[in-house]
Amino acid sequence: MLKYDLVVVGGGPAGMAAALKAKECGVEKILICERDETLGGILEQCIHTGFGLHYFGEELSGPEYAARFIEQVEKTDIDVKVNTMVLDITTNNVVIAINKQDGLMEISATAIVLAMGCRERPRGAISIPGTRPAGVMTAGTAQRFANIDGYLPGKEVVILGSGDIGLIMARRMTLEGAKVKAVCELMPYSGGLTRNIVQCLDDFDIPLKLSHTVTEIRGKDRVEGVTISKVDGNLKPIPGTEEYIPCDTLMLSVGLLPENELSRSVGIRLDKVTGGAVVDQYRETNHEGIFACGNVLHVHDLVDFVTQEAQTAGEGAANYILGKKEYADYRIHTKGINGVRYVVPQRISMDGSEEPVKLYFRVGQVFTNATVKVTRNGNVIYAKKKRKLAPGEMENIVIKPEDLQDFSEGDYLFIEVEG
Amino acid sequence: MEVRELTCVACPMGCQMTASIDNGVVVSVTGNTCPRGKKYAETECTHPVRPLTTTVKVDGGKHPVVPVKSADAVPKEKMFDCMKVLNEVVVKAPVKIGDVIVENICDTGINIVATNIC
Amino acid sequence: MSYDIAIIGAGVVGSLIARKMSKYDIKIALVEKCNDVAMGTSKANSAIVHAGFDAMPGSLKAELNVRGTKLMGYLCDELSVPFKNIGSLVIAFSEEEMETLQELYDRGMENNVPGMKIIGQDRLHELEPNVSKRALGALWAKTASIVCPYELTLAAAEVAVLNGVDLYRNFAVNDIAFENEIFTIKAKNGKEIEAKYVINAAGIYSDYIASLIGDNSIEIVARKGEYLLMDKSLGGVVNHVIFQCPTKMGKGVLVTPTVDGNILTGPSAKDIEGKDDITTTTDELDMVRKYTSYSIPNVKLNAVITSFAGLRAHSTKGDFIIEPSKVNPHFINVAGIESPGLSAAPAIAEYVQDIMLDVCGRLPKKVKWHRTRPEPVRFRELSTVERRELIENDPAFGQIVCRCETVTEGEIIAACHGPIPAVDMDGVKRRTRAGMGRCQSGFCGPKVAEIIARERGKDLLEVTKFGDNSNIVVGKTK
Repeated sequence: MLKYDLVVVGGGPAGMAAALKAKECGVEKILICERDETLGGILEQCIHTGFGLHYFGEELSGPEYAARFIEQVEKTDIDVKVNTMVLDITTNNVVIAINKQDGLMEISATAIVLAMGCRERPRGAISIPGTRPAGVMTAGTAQRFANIDGYLPGKEVVILGSGDIGLIMARRMTLEGAKVKAVCELMPYSGGLTRNIVQCLDDFDIPLKLSHTVTEIRGKDRVEGVTISKVDGNLKPIPGTEEYIPCDTLMLSVGLLPENELSRSVGIRLDKVTGGAVVDQYRETNHEGIFACGNVLHVHDLVDFVTQEAQTAGEGAANYILGKKEYADYRIHTKGINGVRYVVPQRISMDGSEEPVKLYFRVGQVFTNATVKVTRNGNVIYAKKKRKLAPGEMENIVIKPEDLQDFSEGDYLFIEVEG
Repeated sequence: MEVRELTCVACPMGCQMTASIDNGVVVSVTGNTCPRGKKYAETECTHPVRPLTTTVKVDGGKHPVVPVKSADAVPKEKMFDCMKVLNEVVVKAPVKIGDVIVENICDTGINIVATNIC
Repeated sequence: MSYDIAIIGAGVVGSLIARKMSKYDIKIALVEKCNDVAMGTSKANSAIVHAGFDAMPGSLKAELNVRGTKLMGYLCDELSVPFKNIGSLVIAFSEEEMETLQELYDRGMENNVPGMKIIGQDRLHELEPNVSKRALGALWAKTASIVCPYELTLAAAEVAVLNGVDLYRNFAVNDIAFENEIFTIKAKNGKEIEAKYVINAAGIYSDYIASLIGDNSIEIVARKGEYLLMDKSLGGVVNHVIFQCPTKMGKGVLVTPTVDGNILTGPSAKDIEGKDDITTTTDELDMVRKYTSYSIPNVKLNAVITSFAGLRAHSTKGDFIIEPSKVNPHFINVAGIESPGLSAAPAIAEYVQDIMLDVCGRLPKKVKWHRTRPEPVRFRELSTVERRELIENDPAFGQIVCRCETVTEGEIIAACHGPIPAVDMDGVKRRTRAGMGRCQSGFCGPKVAEIIARERGKDLLEVTKFGDNSNIVVGKTK
């Protein structure tokens, strides 16, 4: 049995930042298990720029952002095992992992940070009717083919979903010589950044069809075309609005799901809305000594926030390992209501800490000139005007320590939008 | 006098702006809510630029291609010219981050650099 | 090439017949129009081994279903094919349907179905707590089981190949001539083979194949069934095959665990024009959803990972047609094999063997016949100790390729070099489950494609999803 103070599952931006922070806090033996062949995670295939504006104050590409952390990890004595898959975590924090060199390993860990990231929602999850030919793929799969393997996934493309990955791939495919015929978005607004709509679609005259979805896939061997339809207020296709677009590829960018199979197998409580673990302000799950951060906890839009969150988790894990963790007298809950879809962390451990608590949240629809309010027993303890709130943009607010006094076990802190 | 409608990309607000251009000079911008919008409109209407990212072929590398970017944004209208050049480039492994792949691409004064190792 | 017997169609029926006949010292060809075996109805069905109370007493369906179900467990064990005897429950929601249960029970008794019992509400909810509280009772049939139908087909075809049967893929028969007691069977791709006897196991196309020798006595209507496959996280929501009371179009919508721990619901039933429409439709899938919630109200329908459609080869005669053709007694029709075709398949093979011995006379047996195939490694099912040992012997088993289904590189390599090598993405998927999980090959797709290309000495550009022009990528970026 191998022994580590901290095992980090996943060597993407979250895993690396958590491991580095724990190292900085004084944790000695740290191991990162990465299932792919290099550290960096999904950033390795995100070759566009726009990463790091908040954290580094410059615009980096995904591999460059990752490299900054890979270099730091290499300078430390953090052990890294690549091409290594964690198969299981037992309830007494033993990590079972395999790779070609070491075979099957049982690794005992004082603490574990879960940083497995997320996966894309596949076609089946949205049940698009029609045939099942080659050429239907998620935007991420297409991105890997194009950016790492050097293959063109298709020549005439329709993209379903206008989140940032879909938009970025519209530009990538166009630059590589493919014709992107349309980007369809089920919602009446795009989930992507304005900059991406302008620079990835408008620049190339790619139509963005809001309130549209793909209602049929045609083609026997390879996709031959798709039918798109307008949807009504309940997101149901409106008969008579069908439009057939010949294409050889349907790219799906219809949502990301945290990859929590390991968390589930160890019995960690998950939040139904985020799909990730329920955590406290240190990103500790309900399973003592297991922390979670990054897209496995909730899907982020900016890697900079992933890094910050992972540092919180890394520090939390370090305090746990080094015996510096304060005993929590009780916990209170956070909850999003009236337009706020979710809040992370979902609970706050009341351990007498004097630190402010940062709450991240996401709204369920677009709001303009609205007020974000935090209430407690009907009393407003925080209010701020926002010019725009959109589901695609994660927001955060900081709760001052003095506002966290005199709660009792099980109390709620509500975040809501007014206006 | 030319009038152009454009969407500001400076922040998530995405203000719809109208710019009036006279003889290649932006004389007025409306619809913006902050000075950043005005600045964006001015640049966008006179000499729009875009960051360019793609890949180039690698000989003997870990992968068949390595990602590259323009060290600075390139003139928007030259993007496809730059792509034409980059589609023909083959570099020899090993490649390091920051290696200059093409100097002064399409006479833009901008270098294309590698953004990953290979 | 000249053969004694040519079997047209490498579905579950054709493959099991090939395996059965491969014990004789004769030359056999198994021809298939697709890029792999099990590409038609055999890969897209309910994967149920029925107890045998549905078919009309005295019908071939009834006889072969009960016999096939009896054989299936042993056969799957022998071929190391996933099989679970979990029993089935036909649920009644009204007094009228309770009467239907009694009819089914009586019919089952006449068909010699063992292990049936009509149970009341309490016992039903004890067995299946998630079944609708409105259910009044059920017919419990203990011999009903679940099986992996494409694995069964593959295993049978592999045993046949190991025993010398020649498998021809991409051999779409479009002409059959008969001269001097020899059939010349031609394929669309220009290839041809000769055979003294032909077994027509062409599924929904068996009427077309029969017509090639002038036998127009068969009419097959393709009846489409659409299904939803749910994520494993739903596993345990039901423990038996849950049927609703049957209708004229079939056995109604069922909800069942699969051998891999997913939940499968369906099928809808719709007669279609032509024979190649396997599209899924919103209307039919909505219907499946509706009926599913009717049986199991709290099933999480958003856990769907994929939907698919299959075609049942419905004969207008209503029963299986397994007999020498009236036009040519050396041409054996095995047609109209719709439900309970999968359940009956082992018995159909036996039945066809008897026919062949009748028409051919005594056939010499091989001195050495391989009853089974090498058992494929299924990493996800192994214990820690077994896994450790496996990786020590071959490090390729230490590399996970499909993370959702825990499939190793070693298994994919093995699939590419098995008795019937996987040659495309779907072939690897059916053999190893790589890409069958919740991400539906989003992550492992490019890696599996790379391994197939490498193992077959091809470029990724040539790798297909399922043969023909189903290429995964269309060119190089540079």
